[in-house]
Amino acid sequence: MNAHDVVITGIGLVSSLGEGPDVHWQKLTDPGLRPVLDAERFAPYTVHPLPEIDWNQQIAKRGDQRQMETWQRLGTYAAGLALDDAGIKGNDALCSTMDLVVAAGGGERDIAVDTDILAASADRSDRDVLLNEKLTTELRPTLFLAQLSNLLAGNISIVHKVTGSSRTFMGEEGAGVSALETAAARIGAGQSTHMLVGGAFQTEHVDMLLGYELGGYLHRGPWQSVWNRQGGQGGGVVTGSGGAFLVLEQREHAQKRGGRIYATLDAVLSARARRTKGELEGSIAGLFDKADLPEGDLLAISGASGAHKATAAEQAALAAHPQIAARGFSTLTGHMKEAQFPFAVALAALAVHHKAGYPAFDPAERNFAGTPQQVLATAVGYHHFEGLALVRAAD
Amino acid sequence: MATMKDHMGRPVVAVTGIGIVTSLGIGKADNWAALTSGTSGIRSITRFPVEQLSTRISGMVDFLPSSSKGASALTYELAEKAAHEAVAESGFGLEDFGGPLFLASPPMELDWHDRFALYNSGEGDGEPDRLLEVARGLNSFDLFETAQFGSIADRLADRFGTRGLPITLSTACASGATAIQLGVEAIRRGEADRALSIGADGSATAEALIRFSLLSALSTSNDNPAKASKPFSKDRDGFVLAEGSAALVLESLESAKARGAAILGILSGCGEKADDFHRTRSKPDASPAIAAVKAALADAGLAEDRIEYINAHGTSTPENDKMEHLALSTVFGEALRSIPVSSNKSMIGHTLSAAGAIEAAFSLMTMREGVLPPTINYDNPDPAIPLDVVPNTSRAAQVETVLSNSFGFGGQNTCLVMAREPV
Repeated sequence: MNAHDVVITGIGLVSSLGEGPDVHWQKLTDPGLRPVLDAERFAPYTVHPLPEIDWNQQIAKRGDQRQMETWQRLGTYAAGLALDDAGIKGNDALCSTMDLVVAAGGGERDIAVDTDILAASADRSDRDVLLNEKLTTELRPTLFLAQLSNLLAGNISIVHKVTGSSRTFMGEEGAGVSALETAAARIGAGQSTHMLVGGAFQTEHVDMLLGYELGGYLHRGPWQSVWNRQGGQGGGVVTGSGGAFLVLEQREHAQKRGGRIYATLDAVLSARARRTKGELEGSIAGLFDKADLPEGDLLAISGASGAHKATAAEQAALAAHPQIAARGFSTLTGHMKEAQFPFAVALAALAVHHKAGYPAFDPAERNFAGTPQQVLATAVGYHHFEGLALVRAAD
Repeated sequence: MATMKDHMGRPVVAVTGIGIVTSLGIGKADNWAALTSGTSGIRSITRFPVEQLSTRISGMVDFLPSSSKGASALTYELAEKAAHEAVAESGFGLEDFGGPLFLASPPMELDWHDRFALYNSGEGDGEPDRLLEVARGLNSFDLFETAQFGSIADRLADRFGTRGLPITLSTACASGATAIQLGVEAIRRGEADRALSIGADGSATAEALIRFSLLSALSTSNDNPAKASKPFSKDRDGFVLAEGSAALVLESLESAKARGAAILGILSGCGEKADDFHRTRSKPDASPAIAAVKAALADAGLAEDRIEYINAHGTSTPENDKMEHLALSTVFGEALRSIPVSSNKSMIGHTLSAAGAIEAAFSLMTMREGVLPPTINYDNPDPAIPLDVVPNTSRAAQVETVLSNSFGFGGQNTCLVMAREPV
């Protein structure tokens, strides 16, 4: 234990299961938990929809809420939950010096406008002119801001007054991995003392599904758990709406202000396999090697997406470490893209904090009975980039 | 013998490679010649029809093979060209660079031409679901990758053999500076002895133009494109949307010296501060910009009186230039009168995600070449913001230190301090 360790002192979670670390811990440790699914709205795709959310709880001004589409609201909301949980919310001195890193995709386009343009395009050969006509007259001026990737961070600054610095990383699951990796490195090197890091994903929008399906990645047909989609219709990914933010602090900083420490973030590692050259399984194995895994039974919170090749590679790499009991949480929440890795790390931190593992999320997962001292979290991107983290009990 | 550690005991970060592409041309030499001769790269738009558009000018890069192939392809090509020039100059291997990659690039969306093609190759009712239906039959990653946010960096990592998971980032108009800051921080932490930082933006589509237009951010001086971008002028009426890229090879001074590389400049300080005021407007008291400038100076270990030239954000919007003047006059006080402050955007327009990197590259060249690029179109000075903007023609001057400002929509402000030699 060291004064410059990176510790997790706040967790903000939203998924189809509900909101907050306590609700997620209670539900995910209930062995009979069933996922919340919507198989109708986007059929043939199934999604894990957002729960009922009272946005006022974290975004007090209606004016602010109106300036955001759901994705930004969701992220701003989850960030507020994390700040609240850490006891930092509303503390001007701490928020104005806090560094922010958001893992972001894009926001929601206006489907009505896009649909109208596409419908008109069938009868027009001058489609570029059509675009000008429609976009100049039908786009809401502020919608652009509600879509912009870096404006989730912008809204967190505006609503929660987190203004030390603000950076937005992009790039699917890898953005979440890099966000946590660089945040931990900055704290470890004394470049920052306290940070807010995380992301959100709002899947209930045709463009968000299209982002996967252009690559043929979505699972179709009857829902299956994340480990049981090989050979099924489609590409294996079932998405979910949700968000995950973490407050990371230098241990000394957390202790001085009397913050509650969930876990120590021992390591965050990342890699980029050249997957077309068949490097993925070896890359994941390399991450396990570098992580200096503890002896004996080890609980792992796997961010596996279900994407056929990536998930098979992760399973193969896991199989080489039979002491690991993996929990594929996408079975219960769906895949949350940029938020996937922060979500995995949050669930890992909750396990060491509560000194208990999660029951199997699927019959294929093996039992874990011990008290977890360290827990692994993984995110192997459905298309590119991979990462893992190792958290350790605070005491 | 230069010291290898800075005032805080961290490795000094040198620049050993620079690459640039803007509407003025490809490569440092052409760009520098045009920039210091006061040439404008702003032209009437020809890439797409301009019917109905209130802004019909831009600083697009229209001379690359990918210029008509959509934002993703063009942004990649811009990044690749700049990085190629920078890595080649540094002397590192073009296919095995061996350090991390930090890419500032615009958020990616499926191009409208692809959207039209997908839609019209499908059947059934005119519902958005048709796109999904067509998409799942594509059987190719080509379109998919144009809409993945990490794909450009992924390809660049393959192309140059960079190390590890590349970071793609956006801090709006400060992105290019943030990419450099991430590289500097990684070297200071000892994670790498070299890093490749790139800012690239080829996203000047009709929709991007319309979006900024709807926010009343763009100049509508369509009749004389070369005169449209007029930072610090009384009649400035908005920025000019533009494209471009720049790449820097950052390297610990120790590593650069050890292998005998030419030192093109020193990245001495980075500072940032977020604004919580408004989604597009800066806090009226300029306090976030002031804090970002001060943080960069403190990080560099320099007092205000050591800055000899300022490469302004200088967008040519009424609000930015006023706010930037307020910030600079607050930090530098009376001394600001004797510090030249010019805006590259007067010639190349606002290259958005690339701007911070391009302007850092030009700042380094300013010191190296001993020439201050001008602020062109300064025919009608704004008396409310008195500055030595290096009006209209470049000026010979030996400059040892530069401050480069980047202030973004969404409140993300990043400033860089660069020096000719280690200080």
